[in-house]
Amino acid sequence: MLFKTGFIYAVFWPRLKRNRLALTGLLVIFFLFAISLFAPLIAPYNPNEINAWHVLSPPSGSHWFGTDELGRDVFSRVLYGARISLKVGFVAIGIAVLLGSAVGLVAGYYGGWIDTILMRGVDIMLCFPAFFLILAIITFLEPSIWYIMAVIGLTGWMGVARLVRAEVLAIREMDYIMAARCIGCSNQRIILRHIMPNALSPVLVAATLGVAGAILTESALSFLGIGVQPPTPSWGNILTSGKDYIEFAWWLSLFPGLAILVTVLAYNILGEGIRDALDPRTVK
Amino acid sequence: MTNYLLKRIAMMVPLLLGITLITFTVIHLAPGEPVDMQMAMNPKVGKEARERLTKFYGLDKPLHEQYFNWVGKLVRLDLGRSFSSDNRPVLDKIKERLPVTVSLNIIALVLEFGLAIPIGVMAAVHRDRWQDKGLTVFVFIGFAVPTFWLALLLMYFFGVKLNWLPISGLHTLGYEGYSWLKQMADLSVHLILPITVASFGSLAGVSRYMRSAMLGVIDQDFITTARAKGLSERVVIWKHAMRNALLPLITLAGFSIPGLIGGSVIFETIFAIPGMGQLFYQGVMSRDYPVVMGILVIGAGLTLIGNLIADISYALADPRIRQQ
Repeated sequence: MLFKTGFIYAVFWPRLKRNRLALTGLLVIFFLFAISLFAPLIAPYNPNEINAWHVLSPPSGSHWFGTDELGRDVFSRVLYGARISLKVGFVAIGIAVLLGSAVGLVAGYYGGWIDTILMRGVDIMLCFPAFFLILAIITFLEPSIWYIMAVIGLTGWMGVARLVRAEVLAIREMDYIMAARCIGCSNQRIILRHIMPNALSPVLVAATLGVAGAILTESALSFLGIGVQPPTPSWGNILTSGKDYIEFAWWLSLFPGLAILVTVLAYNILGEGIRDALDPRTVK
Repeated sequence: MTNYLLKRIAMMVPLLLGITLITFTVIHLAPGEPVDMQMAMNPKVGKEARERLTKFYGLDKPLHEQYFNWVGKLVRLDLGRSFSSDNRPVLDKIKERLPVTVSLNIIALVLEFGLAIPIGVMAAVHRDRWQDKGLTVFVFIGFAVPTFWLALLLMYFFGVKLNWLPISGLHTLGYEGYSWLKQMADLSVHLILPITVASFGSLAGVSRYMRSAMLGVIDQDFITTARAKGLSERVVIWKHAMRNALLPLITLAGFSIPGLIGGSVIFETIFAIPGMGQLFYQGVMSRDYPVVMGILVIGAGLTLIGNLIADISYALADPRIRQQ
């Protein structure tokens, strides 16, 4: 349904297009991707260039967002920080969606003890405060952006698994699945070709909203000094200096935080828009 | 009711086992052994001492045996000793800090629901009018604001710029000399910012949930009946409708516990509050194995207890469940 081009052109896209708010979110996300792609061209300074003469100078014509404690240009650092956030959001949620869909499909399709074991696993994982689990795992790993993405993904798949399982339970009983079984399709084929494409629409919504969550988590980790390590700029670790110099330099705290806010807002608005566009009950 | 309770508690046993299994796996999948970490701090330790340490911690035994030993100690509430220089039992360290985190989170939870419920009801009653639209904007922004950034902004405005509120710790220096009343006042002033930050995070989400729960109730027949028999709108909305819309919120309160506990790492670190979140952060930074393991298990255990309390409250509040 969702991934048949006919549905996208005939129903999904026209509906999404009518939702101005969601469209704005989509545009902002495109804009952010463009920024991070062309950061070297746009940034007025090298983000890691230290300038001892302009330490902690407030926003001005030459430094739009001011400079940090090493005299680095905050505007350039925020631009480069977009790369980290967008990458983390995508990869982490990619992992969560793959793992969650796999667990949900298998649990929902086979049922019985397989379902019981997998879903109990989901319950157990959900008992842990996710942020504790992420911190505990990262403690024992070398600090690296790839580990962070993997860990955020591996601790965030449970919601997707529950969603997919619920969809599969409904789809499994439909006549066309029975028909597929009658003509001798293998389980694997039924799951991958007949059930999965139809179970994915709620996942698309969850994934879009999940990207926003992953960006927030990464920024919090980097803020605490456990995520992206300096000198690589990320919105979270610029805010770490923001906290250290809060009494002298408000601009170090304001701008990277606004960047996070706008990005997360854009993903959330888009996610809600996709939800409305996919929901047959919201036909206007 | 007793049956329900027993069944509900029995269901917790496999979950608890799973929690210990995952905690153990997480720690033991990690590269490097705890002994290495202690050695790294003290390079003078020789090979012989290393073997002694390995034996002392039982690391020479097979993994499953280590697991059962650990769980056996856990049942007796023995979480081992901290690797930090004070070398104190982990349980003692957590015991000092747990009340701070739990009471902070309870206050935050009460505040959050106390605000979210009326906000959600107002939005549902005035559907599609400015109150409702205002809530939608607030919800989107509330979801997108990083809590630690909000903390920084509040610290800047109320702490640095206006100098109205203290920005770190729980007490002013030398508070021991104050009278009891002044001590309480001092504590409350220190709590304003942390609690605002802790409750803001999910305020938006809970309000929205309340709004949709309320919308689900408001169209039902018994509301029409209440109106038809001439009850005032205030009684219809705030008594008949709201009571029923509150039920799913009980479960939501249970679900929001892991988020609150996880969030305490952030605000306790920023505001320098000596709670469990801060202890966990310090444990993580100094690679203090036993502390990290202990808090992980206790954090998950707290979630289980929270969910249990939520389920029991639900059963108490809803006669349909109670009588099953």
